[in-house]
Amino acid sequence: MHIPDGFLNTGVSVVTGVAAAGAVGYGLRRARDELDEKAVPLMALASAFIFAAQMLNFPVAGGTSGHFLGGVLAALLLGPWLGSLVIALVLLVQCLGFADGGLTALGANIFNMGVVGTILAFYIFQLARGLLPQKRSFYLLSAAVAAWFSVFLSSGACAVELAISGTSPLSVALPAMLGIHAIIGIGEAIITVSVLSLVLAVRPDLVRTYGPREGEVKGRGAEVSG
Amino acid sequence: MDRTKKGIIIFTLAGLAISAALALILSPWASPEPDGLERVAEDKGFLEKAEETEPAWKSAPLPDYSVPPLNQKVVDEETGEEVEEPSRISTGLAGLIGTVGIFFIAWGLAVVLKKPPREAEAETRETTA
Repeated sequence: MHIPDGFLNTGVSVVTGVAAAGAVGYGLRRARDELDEKAVPLMALASAFIFAAQMLNFPVAGGTSGHFLGGVLAALLLGPWLGSLVIALVLLVQCLGFADGGLTALGANIFNMGVVGTILAFYIFQLARGLLPQKRSFYLLSAAVAAWFSVFLSSGACAVELAISGTSPLSVALPAMLGIHAIIGIGEAIITVSVLSLVLAVRPDLVRTYGPREGEVKGRGAEVSG
Repeated sequence: MDRTKKGIIIFTLAGLAISAALALILSPWASPEPDGLERVAEDKGFLEKAEETEPAWKSAPLPDYSVPPLNQKVVDEETGEEVEEPSRISTGLAGLIGTVGIFFIAWGLAVVLKKPPREAEAETRETTA
């Protein structure tokens, strides 16, 4: 869902750029308190895994492919702010190193995938987590729901930006984007749950949002059992 | 180095090895079909807007996930022109470089952003006192 140069007008590029810069700036400030001994290597690993996984396009309906975005995975491993920084870093490296996603659309891409698809999706996770019983299976179900919404809502935000830019009318772009990403979101949910299950089986203490007070991000210095 | 810290390093390196293997071995076999946004742009007739636009950043060292010297020249069936296409080795190697590269960039960023240990220690003492 990486928007290239040419799809967005200047106004949309600037507004999404400012919004993305605000979120990244706030994330960088939060990082000071949230990065502990465990989070440093985990942030490196999450970035590397999400970069690699984003290359693995899987086929979906009718000559279309989808790929993992990783916003919810990053947010559940590291909390929403470090998670958002991971996605922003992946998008920056993809743009500058690999010509994937336009430089003039970098702000919009960070906003769509790193803010809507990570921070907003994280709060959807928390909402689901609060409503469901506190069991591992329901933790994973909440993650799956948030992962699906992450892709679905990111694509919706992208369609709105295309419409405001005059690239494609909302009545055309929105149903088309939501329709195809409703399918791609299923892949996102499957990969997110698979990776989380694996980490929870090996090192549950490394999943920041999973613990004695589940569904809540533990701040620095909070007791971690297990 | 205490045991838990060592455990995390082992976990991280194992995860990096898996990620690097995915990028090197699996990415050349990923679906070449357009992704969701590209498909919509093609179907709804606005893909040209991107194709006609000069990219704002032209210095990407590994464009389109390829290592340019390793790309192969193939003849386009429709136009008959010779075009460069990433070979599987080119894609896999670009993926490997990207995965390992971003690992170290993110690690460096996290170390820089992290509160200096002395300051963190002082704060812990304050809160426990």
